Amino acid sequence: MQMTAVEKEAQTSAAAGSSNREIFLPPERQRIKDGGTPHVSAKNFSIFYGNFEAVKKVTADILSKYVTAIIGPSGCGKSTFLRAINRMNDLIPSCYATGTLMFDGEDIYGRYTDEVQLRKKIGMVFQKPNPFPKPIFDNIAYGPRLHGVKDKKTLEEIVEKSLRKAALWDEVKDRLDRNALGLSGGQQQRLCVARTLAVEPDILLLDEPTSALDPKATAKIEDLIEELRGSYTILIVTHNMQQASRVSDYTMFYYEGDLIEYAPTKQLFTNPRDQVTEDYITGRFS
Amino acid sequence: MDLGTRKILDRSFTAVGITSILLMAAALLVVIVPIFSGGIGAIFFKGTIEHRKLQYNEFGNGDKEVMQRQIEETNAYRSRVFAMLGEFDAELESMEPAESKALRSSYKKVREALAHLFGPLPGDPEPILTRYQYGTTRWEQAEEALHDLMYVSKWDYSDPTQMAKQYFVPRTDDFKGTKLAALFPYMEENLVNMMLPEQTFYWGFITDRSLDSHIFGGIWAEIQGTFFLAVGAMLFAFPLGVTAAIYFTEYAKDNIFTSILRSANSTLAGVPSIVFGLFGLAFFINTIKVSESKSVIAGSLTLAIMILPTIIRAAEEAILAVPKTYKEASLSLGSTKWRTIVTVILPAALPGIITGGIISLGRAAGETAPIIFTAAVSVGATIGLADVFSSPTPALSWNIYNLASEHEAANEIRHVQYGMVLALISIVLLLNLSAILLRARISKKLKG
Repeated sequence: MQMTAVEKEAQTSAAAGSSNREIFLPPERQRIKDGGTPHVSAKNFSIFYGNFEAVKKVTADILSKYVTAIIGPSGCGKSTFLRAINRMNDLIPSCYATGTLMFDGEDIYGRYTDEVQLRKKIGMVFQKPNPFPKPIFDNIAYGPRLHGVKDKKTLEEIVEKSLRKAALWDEVKDRLDRNALGLSGGQQQRLCVARTLAVEPDILLLDEPTSALDPKATAKIEDLIEELRGSYTILIVTHNMQQASRVSDYTMFYYEGDLIEYAPTKQLFTNPRDQVTEDYITGRFS
Repeated sequence: MDLGTRKILDRSFTAVGITSILLMAAALLVVIVPIFSGGIGAIFFKGTIEHRKLQYNEFGNGDKEVMQRQIEETNAYRSRVFAMLGEFDAELESMEPAESKALRSSYKKVREALAHLFGPLPGDPEPILTRYQYGTTRWEQAEEALHDLMYVSKWDYSDPTQMAKQYFVPRTDDFKGTKLAALFPYMEENLVNMMLPEQTFYWGFITDRSLDSHIFGGIWAEIQGTFFLAVGAMLFAFPLGVTAAIYFTEYAKDNIFTSILRSANSTLAGVPSIVFGLFGLAFFINTIKVSESKSVIAGSLTLAIMILPTIIRAAEEAILAVPKTYKEASLSLGSTKWRTIVTVILPAALPGIITGGIISLGRAAGETAPIIFTAAVSVGATIGLADVFSSPTPALSWNIYNLASEHEAANEIRHVQYGMVLALISIVLLLNLSAILLRARISKKLKG
């Protein structure tokens, strides 16, 4: 019954792009066919800070080319889970993971996995805009240069393409040589998106990308996510439930390290199956 | 605590704070003003004809024709003095031995004072040391010499409960009725004509070599030696220190080994500099023999060890102050750790690292103890860049001490001592100033 629903969704999304979000998709689904390929799949995946289990035995697939939102109260492990996907948690010395987390058939925490190669394919945008204190051009070109692009012309093309994708080109095209820290907060965040896109990742991880921005800039970032939908697998951690319901196809709800519910966004917000989810989305706690 | 007490406490603390700051400012003034005025005296003073003569003969500075004319002018006045001396010599010969004996010792003093003023007198043997080949080059010293000539110093021991008092009696009393009596009023009247003092800017004080161990000439050898030592120390310490700081901040694991390393670094920062000097002698010169004996390279290495902890700490703090988000951004784009350090972290930490480096450079320039045993000599020629591996060098810090305490004519070269102190302070201040400017510039560039 569930599989057929998935297949139906796959067909409709193949026909009408990825806009169809009406179809129910169960959180426990194991394999989903075309249009719903798991891009990242976690199996009994736990993350520990020392003895503290921040993410507890999560099993879930994140679907390719969809926008998945991760919500939950502070300290529930949603950011930790997100940062596990491109192994940014490696920066924290006491942090380690158990279980498996696969990305395109490769074990992210595998012994022979090159985290540098991995991060090339899994881009990330952080909570606070963090452009380098360099000119705008150099910010965008930083990734391509890292990966060996030296030709000036190619770099210029990449920079323009990325900035256009991030809807920033028109605002900054005349001052590419200016320091990126001179931009406004919203522009800086879009610059960070462009910088990530310049590396041409498969997955885009957004860690509360609008929490430091004003409503206007937030709207622009959300428009941007709308633009990028369908071209990238996007994971967005957010505190803002309206935002999650606006931008995402699927939503994961974390509570105290547990993945409580994972469902199509509409269903999760209108008809949550779990009492905790309902309490959270109705604002009984936050 | 109620509001009234709190306010009184606040106010009294403000008062204590302001007082201590004012005290510090006063102390700084007390030190700086004499150093500045004394040091300026080495460059800006009233120079006599002897100064110009010396400058022309020894350094080739000055206008020969003007000098010749002035020498002739002064000689016209001086020859009168020499004539008087000749007449008195003849008179002395013709006197009764007892009578002449009484005059001779005072006459010797007269001749000494005159030789000090004019250089060797006619009939004296040609002196070997440069300091005796010329008269006084500075007008205030000429006035002192005149005073020695005009007056006899005596001590008053009449009151045994008090310290003896010095008083002066005119020397002309000794020579009453002799042909020399006319000398004293003549000298007093015509000293200016015989010395021709002029306001002099002696910039050469900075760029000239010293002559006859700092009696004349400048301090270039010391300035250059200080420069070589300090820059040499930086060449060793800066790359090492920054590398160590990168290791501590980015690579070191939090274990016992690291904390031992860290505390070793802190301890090193607290070791007295003389100990570094002894270490330099024992290790660099005696054990691994970087040079036969004292040399610039040994001194630089010793100074490098001394400033290393400061550089490490400054660089460490600068690196830690770089926002973690830069690092995250770079890593998330698929950069390696090393690449992140080189392209993102170090550029952002640069202002702090450079500030630490330049302040250490200032410290290396000013330290005396580490170079006593390893690099410094009191009197030495200016060395070339090729000599740094084999030759010791004079240096400002060491020569300030040496000229003030161990020089045989310490009293006559006060201006040189002050000049050196001023030069050293200026170098250190300039370095610190450039650190501030550089920091501001780079920070501005980073902030956009």
